[in-house]
Amino acid sequence: MKLTNEEKTAAIETSLRVLSNYNQEKGSLIPTLQQIQNELGYVPSPAMEVVAEHFNVMKVDVYSIVTFYNQFRLTPPGKNQVKVCMGTACHMRGGNIIMDSWKRRLEIDCGETSEDREFSLDRVACVGCCTQAPVTLINDEIHAKVTPTRVEGLLYAYQLDKDKENKKAGEDN
Amino acid sequence: MVGAATCGRAAGAQNITKVIRDELASRQIEATVIEVGCMGHCYAEPLVLIQKPDNPTICYGYVSEGLASMLVREFIAGDDPCIEFALAAMEVNDFIPTFEDFPRGMVEKKVVMQHCGIIDPENIDHYIANGGYEALAKAIHKSGEEVVSEIKTSGLRGRGGAGFPTGVKWETCRQFKEDVKYVICNADEGDPGAFMDRTLLESNPHQVLEGLALAAHAVGASKGYLYIRAEYPLAVERIEKAINQAEESGLLGESILGTDFNLTLEIFQGSGAFVCGEETALIASMEGEPGIPRHRPPFPAEAGLWGKPTVINNVKTLSYIPHIIRKGADWFRETGTPDSPGTAVFALAGKVINTGLVEVPMGVTLSQLVYDVGSGIDGGKQFKAVQIGGPSGGCLPESFLETAIDFDSLNQAGAMMGSGGMVVMDEDDCMVEIARYFLDFTQNESCGKCTFCRLGTKQMLEILERITKGEGALEDIDTLLNLAKNVKTGSLCNLGKTAPNPVLSTLKHFRNEYEAHITEGRCPSLMCLNLIAYYILPDKCERSCDACIGSCPVESIFSNEDRIKVVDQEKCVKCKSCMDACPPQYSAVVKLSPPELVQEKENDNG
Ligand SMILES: Cc1cc2nc3c(=O)[nH]c(=O)nc-3n(C[C@H](O)[C@H](O)[C@H](O)COP(=O)(O)O)c2cc1C
Ligand code: SF4
Ligand code: SF4
Ligand code: FES
Repeated sequence: MKLTNEEKTAAIETSLRVLSNYNQEKGSLIPTLQQIQNELGYVPSPAMEVVAEHFNVMKVDVYSIVTFYNQFRLTPPGKNQVKVCMGTACHMRGGNIIMDSWKRRLEIDCGETSEDREFSLDRVACVGCCTQAPVTLINDEIHAKVTPTRVEGLLYAYQLDKDKENKKAGEDN
Repeated sequence: MVGAATCGRAAGAQNITKVIRDELASRQIEATVIEVGCMGHCYAEPLVLIQKPDNPTICYGYVSEGLASMLVREFIAGDDPCIEFALAAMEVNDFIPTFEDFPRGMVEKKVVMQHCGIIDPENIDHYIANGGYEALAKAIHKSGEEVVSEIKTSGLRGRGGAGFPTGVKWETCRQFKEDVKYVICNADEGDPGAFMDRTLLESNPHQVLEGLALAAHAVGASKGYLYIRAEYPLAVERIEKAINQAEESGLLGESILGTDFNLTLEIFQGSGAFVCGEETALIASMEGEPGIPRHRPPFPAEAGLWGKPTVINNVKTLSYIPHIIRKGADWFRETGTPDSPGTAVFALAGKVINTGLVEVPMGVTLSQLVYDVGSGIDGGKQFKAVQIGGPSGGCLPESFLETAIDFDSLNQAGAMMGSGGMVVMDEDDCMVEIARYFLDFTQNESCGKCTFCRLGTKQMLEILERITKGEGALEDIDTLLNLAKNVKTGSLCNLGKTAPNPVLSTLKHFRNEYEAHITEGRCPSLMCLNLIAYYILPDKCERSCDACIGSCPVESIFSNEDRIKVVDQEKCVKCKSCMDACPPQYSAVVKLSPPELVQEKENDNG
């Protein structure tokens, strides 16, 4: 996925601002990366360069941290983040079938963002609602007892919301 | 009071809180609405507790918006306690049974969960009113040595998985005469299916802080961290508030309670790598490195964070400390078994009716947990096994139901206490698939440092994948056993050392299921997707009902010339929608294994 020039500038500016609040001790390395991801939604390559310079380490060291921990994303998330729980309880109740349904409907693989950047699809390991398995998170909302038909329903509801928004935008103009 | 830990929130607790607030406001009733933590009855979320003068406190479960406003109208504004919707009363009375009156109540014994769900986690006074910080006030005038010795006598063993004696760990750290030492609370909880640490942090954060402060005093540390996974935002938020309140009250910070004991606490957010729960990996990640375990010794208690002596304890372990200091080592030893004193917290999930969190004395039996606490198996199905201890644990079959469980008996049975995750399985769950699932998990989470852990688990996973697809060979079983042995011995940390457990225990107790997959291409539990097919029974299909057609996401069901529905096996993605959609009075959709049975059936029908 190619970053636009604005995205690159935003990445560098945000990183510099975040870093100005931290000292150069290595113990602050992961917290700064977390902060950058909180603000941008991901840790882009230009941000890693800025961080490496601040802590006086090589860029590959930062890269190896970002790729080691599951929390960090390398690509911008979609406007809507779909996360399917793949924890034990959800797996036992067909979490993989739900994941397949999302893949099929969004036409992307787990870990990817759709071309129009409307959706990204990820897996999570247990959100602690095992009693409601299988669950899918859309943005931060938890949907319990999801079935393939509910996947269709959830997407349909999203489509309706979007149509409404577009219509509203149309009226405002 | 509304249960508003993460589980409650998922079930809609915040909405219920709003309904109650609005209803109270519209009637101009003065009442305090508090968002509390989790009582453990997760199956019945959202939960609401109502405390009204001259009435016993009553707990209501499965609260809908309608019920919430009705409770305000009828009980708070009127005087009908709506008994028919009550789950139980919190204190003994004449008309509603209490939780203790149910079979679950007979088994349950709450120590660290005692105040979860009934005090406000964001109000330090609630904790103090229930005896909180008494232990700290008491211990602060004693020497660290005395505190260590009390914990040693109590026989408390760490609840983070391995069950190492806490007092011994503290003693080691105490011996070192360094200026700087650290205490760390391990709240990484990466096990899928485990949520007890999170619940404790969200429901009673001060209890953890008090335990950590006592640990610091005992070993002589003045700096502590709580390592909390970033996926637990509510826990982070509540701990943060608790630290601030404790500092304002002089219970943390400089010269605590007027003594020369200082302790500053800080939160470090983990970033979602299971292996970082391992203590040396945890330290590496705090030092800004990838979380890769290193060789022990030296143990963290000798040389930990930044090379300084460091005590790392699990959330539950620390939560016991204030109780032991307050009530004494002998009191603690009254519960549990001689070698594993105290209670254990289990997260009960899977195919039991009443899922949730439960705290019981060490030494209860599996059957008490499954049948008394969990109320048995859902849907009248047959019990098959309990998977206990997460990815490092194992599956125990029916013959173990009467085993008294504690650290040692579980290890002997080939499972592990782990963090206390417990998944109950019934006849529909395939044991080979379960083993594959956990291996997939550990393989993914291996840090990659040890060859056996990295490549051995990968190879085991490949074999298991082949078997679940019906492409296994009988020699595979021996290869699996061999690899399991090597991975166990060739790995440095417990991730690798325990990774083969799910495979070993399922092979031991359910070898016939492996063999059915290999020799007959059949999944006896009808779970492995490659070995099953969906089939519509012609004599059961109600010809004019189109329920299944409408439910199929890939349009693979069509009507044949007799208007009977048929599944196009080429297109079917095996999602089970049609089976769920087919009305129960017909139940025409079935799963067949091996899939070739479909052809046979079709031939039979001409
Ligand atoms: C792969 C792996 C993951 C672990 N995850 C956790 C965890 O999430 N939480 C925890 O408290 N201990 C975890 N442990 C155990 C810790 O290494 C350590 O033993 C524990 O935190 C010590 O605390 P305790 O003595 O109070 O049990 C893990 C161990 C391994 C090998
Ligand atoms: S056993 Fe596995 S996870 Fe543990 S140190 Fe070795 S490679 Fe890493
Ligand atoms: S299992 Fe799913 S995909 Fe297959 S026929 Fe039934 S509804 Fe369609
Ligand atoms: S396994 Fe999915 S919420 Fe726990």
